[in-house]
Amino acid sequence: MPILQMIGITKQFPGVLALDNVDFEVERGEIHALVGENGAGKSTLLKILAGALAMDKGRILLDGKPLHFSSPLDAINMGIAVIYQEFNLVPYLSAGENIFLGREPRKFNGFVDFKTLHTKAQAILDRIGANFSSREIVSRLSVAQQQMTEIAKALSQNAQIIAMDEPTSALTEREVEHLFEIIRGLKEEGVAIIFVSHRLEEVFQIAERITVLRDGKYVGTKRIEETNRDEVITMMVGREIKEKIPKRPAPIGEEILRVEGLTRKGVFSDISFSLHRGEVLGLAGLVGSGRTEIARAIFGADPLDGGKIYLEGKEVRIRSPQDAIRLGIGLLTEDRKRYGLVLPLTIRENTSLANLMEVATRGFINFPKERAVAKRFVEELAIKTPSIEQIARNLSGGTQQKLVLAKWLFTKSKVLIFDEPTRGIDVGAKVEIYELMNQLAERGVGIIMISSELPEVLGMSDRILVIHEGKIAGELTREEATQEKIMHLATGGSLAI
Amino acid sequence: MLLVEALPSDKKSPELALPLPFIDLLLRYGIPFFILLLSLYFAIAAPNFLTTDNFLNVLRQISINTIVALGMTFVIITAGIDLSVGSIVALSAVICTGVMMNGITLFGHTILSHPSTGLGLPLGIWSGLLVGAFLGLCNGFFITRFNIPPFVATLAMMTIARGLAFIYTGGFPIANLPDSFVYIGTGYIGPFPLPVIIMLLLALLMHYILTRTTLGRYVFAIGGNEEAARLSGINISRVKLIVYTLSGFLAALAGIILAARLGSGDPKTGQMYELNAIAAVVLGGTSLAGGRGNIMGTFLGALLIGIIDNGLVLMRVSTFYQWVVKGVIILAAVLLDRLKEIRRV
Repeated sequence: MPILQMIGITKQFPGVLALDNVDFEVERGEIHALVGENGAGKSTLLKILAGALAMDKGRILLDGKPLHFSSPLDAINMGIAVIYQEFNLVPYLSAGENIFLGREPRKFNGFVDFKTLHTKAQAILDRIGANFSSREIVSRLSVAQQQMTEIAKALSQNAQIIAMDEPTSALTEREVEHLFEIIRGLKEEGVAIIFVSHRLEEVFQIAERITVLRDGKYVGTKRIEETNRDEVITMMVGREIKEKIPKRPAPIGEEILRVEGLTRKGVFSDISFSLHRGEVLGLAGLVGSGRTEIARAIFGADPLDGGKIYLEGKEVRIRSPQDAIRLGIGLLTEDRKRYGLVLPLTIRENTSLANLMEVATRGFINFPKERAVAKRFVEELAIKTPSIEQIARNLSGGTQQKLVLAKWLFTKSKVLIFDEPTRGIDVGAKVEIYELMNQLAERGVGIIMISSELPEVLGMSDRILVIHEGKIAGELTREEATQEKIMHLATGGSLAI
Repeated sequence: MLLVEALPSDKKSPELALPLPFIDLLLRYGIPFFILLLSLYFAIAAPNFLTTDNFLNVLRQISINTIVALGMTFVIITAGIDLSVGSIVALSAVICTGVMMNGITLFGHTILSHPSTGLGLPLGIWSGLLVGAFLGLCNGFFITRFNIPPFVATLAMMTIARGLAFIYTGGFPIANLPDSFVYIGTGYIGPFPLPVIIMLLLALLMHYILTRTTLGRYVFAIGGNEEAARLSGINISRVKLIVYTLSGFLAALAGIILAARLGSGDPKTGQMYELNAIAAVVLGGTSLAGGRGNIMGTFLGALLIGIIDNGLVLMRVSTFYQWVVKGVIILAAVLLDRLKEIRRV
């Protein structure tokens, strides 16, 4: 009997069905990989397992007995430990104190018995082959050592099931090897391991079974020896494209932007590509692959450690967003509310924000001119609003995105970077955004579009760059690109297959 | 604001649904209504409250606080705070009067000794203003260059400036100021006290800057969403430097007017002025979270505090009780504003 069975798990978030009747099981002493695209529902499933999120429907069985828990503490007491990508450690306490946080051994007088605490903690750390003292302060440990501390903490709680969310994403190759040794050791002891990862080659190295989720649905479970990479990728992306993306290819003009060898240490390296007038260049890749960071660096929002940027053939230096805006580059950020708009300001004020000088004379705002500009863009972009004095906070997602676009159109951007342009936008507004991108391309604007939605990338891009771990993993033309090929590159495979 | 945003927009908390028309009036007109109400009460309870002389007197009394609060309004709209203004009031008061009376001594070298009034007066005033603006600039520098939270940076400056004021004077007030200087604080133009005219002109100017210029717009944008403002190409550091310098400058101006009114440059003046200014700004509806606020509100906030002070004195309420009553009224007024916000949702 499997140690853990999750049956018919369903979770509804406002506007999204995050998990739809998902089944998942793990055997004692099994390493079971859970894979899927961004937004497939892996993290939600883990959170439900950890007791951090309540499910709407479904059952969880532990050793065949139904489980009811209402908090993370219940899950821990049942022997379930989830190690998130962001560790839950107190940085200024020692590894040992973290391992026994809240369960410190005490002396007869009620004070913490540090000697016993560290002896026990050290024993667990030694058991998984950790090379550091339990007295070491966590903030001074490497990422791999912090991860070992998390694993030790799980073991100290007698965890029978340990789930790890992207455990290898911040590790070096050698550290990954060591982690795998630890995982195999735990397996020998009978611990069940749930291994969530984007990196398929690692999954095939370590896992015995693999379960694929897609768009919140259970796709299937395969034994590793009975499947291969291509089949798993097909399972991950094999959806039919329902939405019609209204792409109108624009005439591609001369080169407008070229970057060479862009590098930001530890984030991305050696990024080179060019963008032409009227072209939509798709940047695909998994979340955390460095796409957003590349865009931010080109825009001057983050510093670069190396590389050159050419605009219309001339080398330019971009040290701040001000520089980028002056040169005609605009960035429509992923998170509109956090980075794109000043929510307490009106449509009028947000429209002119990045180019206020244009509607001002010697520092004084010319209000009739500003109103005229706002009205013009409200009409041009069909922004649905009763008035240009509407506060940005009160607008819908799609309208907010159009407002951000209005801001960048008013700066007369020649290059526009769209980061997840249609995230959180309803279908109708999505089509309108695509239509506006078509119009911009026809006017000769060069567009870089970052997107996690493969149908969108395939539908809108003239050319696609796939980013994997901060590097360009491959380039695909509109004609040759398929969901499978993109996912292959994005998960670290090569196109030769 | 947090409270407001935490409430779902389609629900009203039942315990806040007050059906009384009186409360509705209060809610609709907020602080102005509160001022009217309080004035009515004082008019009945305190003799001499409702006279033109007393009204001008109240205006004169609030002029110092209002001028400090004007700068504070800018700072708070950027989601910052300036705790150093009270100390800057004192420092500029002593520098201004010291330079005017004794001249300038730098590092033991006397550059100018006991100037004539004709020279000392402008020199003193400019010295006071410059020192205030410079300390404000320092605030801005540490906040923008080293990312020190405004609360901490200006707290440090509050102590430093206060200490400098004591060092400069040796702890004793500088007195025997020339009449032409004292006139700034005590004189009249027509029926209007000079400080009141200065206050009103400055309030108009600041209102104009805040609502009509690019600087004012940037102040709102930074307070509303600093990262979005930065990504829209706004030079955040520059705007903040200007705002803190402005706050220091206005505090210094208030200090000079105060010295002129009291007839002495006293290093002990200006204590708690930062809190009075913050109270006026917050009463005026400016959000401590930034991004929202206006000068008219700040003026009304200062006026409300002034009326409370004045009315209680006229009613011969003991000073000890005055503090408590004032605190309670401020709390009630702000509470009212919150209710208004919640209701609007």
